[in-house]
Amino acid sequence: MIHLVEQVLNGTQFGVMLFLMAAGLTLIFGIMNVINLAHGSLYMVGAYVAAASFAATGSFLLGLAAALAAAIVVGVAIEIVVFRTLYTRDHLDQVLATFGLILFFNEMVRILWGSTALYMRVPDFLNGRVELLPGSPYPTYRLAIIAVGLAVALLLYLLIARTRIGMLIRAGAANRVMLGALGVNVTVLYTLVFALGTALAALAGVMAGPIFTVESGMGENVLILAFVVIVIGGIGSIRGAFVAALIVGIVDAVGRAYLRPFLSVFLGNAAAANAGPALASMLIYILMAAVLFVKPQGLFPPRGR
Amino acid sequence: MTGPLMIEGARRIAILVVLGGLALVPAAAMAADAPFYVGLVSRIMVFSIAAVSVDLILGYGGLVSFGHAAYLGIGAYAVGILSYHGIDNGFVHFTVAVSAAAGVALVIGFVSLRTSGVYFIMITLAFGQMVYFLGVSLNQYGGDDGLNIARHSAFGTALDLDQPVVLYYFVLAWLLLFLWLGGRIVRSRFGVLLQGVRSNERRMIALGFPTFRYKLTAFVIAGAACGVAGALFANLTLFVSPSIMHWTRSGEILMMVILGGIGSLIGPVFGAAAYLILESVLSRLTEHWQAVLGPLLILVVLFSKSGLYGLLFQSPQMLWPRRSSKPAR
Repeated sequence: MIHLVEQVLNGTQFGVMLFLMAAGLTLIFGIMNVINLAHGSLYMVGAYVAAASFAATGSFLLGLAAALAAAIVVGVAIEIVVFRTLYTRDHLDQVLATFGLILFFNEMVRILWGSTALYMRVPDFLNGRVELLPGSPYPTYRLAIIAVGLAVALLLYLLIARTRIGMLIRAGAANRVMLGALGVNVTVLYTLVFALGTALAALAGVMAGPIFTVESGMGENVLILAFVVIVIGGIGSIRGAFVAALIVGIVDAVGRAYLRPFLSVFLGNAAAANAGPALASMLIYILMAAVLFVKPQGLFPPRGR
Repeated sequence: MTGPLMIEGARRIAILVVLGGLALVPAAAMAADAPFYVGLVSRIMVFSIAAVSVDLILGYGGLVSFGHAAYLGIGAYAVGILSYHGIDNGFVHFTVAVSAAAGVALVIGFVSLRTSGVYFIMITLAFGQMVYFLGVSLNQYGGDDGLNIARHSAFGTALDLDQPVVLYYFVLAWLLLFLWLGGRIVRSRFGVLLQGVRSNERRMIALGFPTFRYKLTAFVIAGAACGVAGALFANLTLFVSPSIMHWTRSGEILMMVILGGIGSLIGPVFGAAAYLILESVLSRLTEHWQAVLGPLLILVVLFSKSGLYGLLFQSPQMLWPRRSSKPAR
């Protein structure tokens, strides 16, 4: 039971990180109708800059600030140089151009920081354990990730539902042409939304630094899982992304922990040792297929399409 | 269809250039004492088959499949796993490779084709990654490290694939078969329907065509052809690992199609050649060749409309029109 709680917490922690990625992607897609494979590169830039500046200054918060700033600069730069040409193109062009960006960024971090993975330690003020249930201490850092993720989700909700800029974002998602005709500078709005998505991805990258290895190409798996989250949640829906991210995170963590012992009841130990990990790594994709089979538009389909 | 005769003329020239050039490569390589090129061009032809299969569904069906490396991997693993268990018969290898790739394409296509546009891209990408992770978790067959293949597929003494030149012509024969088959499919009623779906699926449905079935059939054909490419790839390298179906491989195959010229079948052969030669030249110049390749690809996507094939063989007004896959708002 204690083990299960731990796995659910691990899943939640992974889930909120997926949410940060998926929220940025779905926001950018919802407003600009552009699919950005290089979103994972921005996550990677965040992790690298944080790891490097944390190691140089010894301050995690400075590292976080530097990472967000660097990622936003990179994000705005590629928005201006590459994406402005891509908005009017079809999805195939967008996918391939951003694929080129991924190759470029993966190689650039290798040039700047070498091809060996960087090590990023857990900041001292979060380096402990909290006893949530008696007899099961849980790492403070992972709890902090969950807290930050939930707080960002709440802020994002308030930003979009309650502020003027949020109103413009919603209006842009509904009808961009009309928004422009009403005198809103859509070009600037696009850049702002792109920067917001970049900041979310970089934040996820910074938080992932101490947990996963900081290496070239680290953003790609998270990116593809974020796609799974978006597909399950419904494209353009931040609420859907939140729910789907938690489902995907928890199903993945619990599946990896329990599928093998579960299968060994039916198949015997030897077969389960082979089939368990294989099935666990496929579990969320099977989940995605099942959701699509029932609801091809995802759990929270966008309205009016 | 403006000027079908001229398009046909251009196609013939293109095909003759490819055919003639490819048939002469082994002789030229032997004469120049550079057998390395036989391997390189074999590799180019294997990826050409994969790219032609993608072009069939992308250029004619408008389906952006971003998980095509999965079928390449399935074909390669079919050969690898069968040899691992001591089955060397080439007929068995290729039959299993084609059926396995077609079967998986049927399942993946059945789910993914319920959606369209950007959903379809993301879902095929996700399923491709699923097959990749399945390969990684196959511990019995080497897992992440991959699997060495002891022998080439055996087709009897008449077709000894141990000889690089024989293997070369074997791959060439498959490429020609698929180019011919692709041309037949594109010109058939089925192919015309497929192009109708690309231009306006809603209208095709209104006309009473069950478009889902046509798209699924095309998807399965493309998957099966890519499975053959995978089996050939396994014979070429005598090694198979999950990296063959990494998602970047799917991106590379799509890139080859764009580079060569989408919707032309023969174009992707040029694209595969250009991509692999570029990769081989750049990687000899610098260790960080991907930092050059990436921006180069972006430039191609942003500024080239019809790829190498259009550049070489078509007059500007006949270029394949870029269709926006975005929903009209």
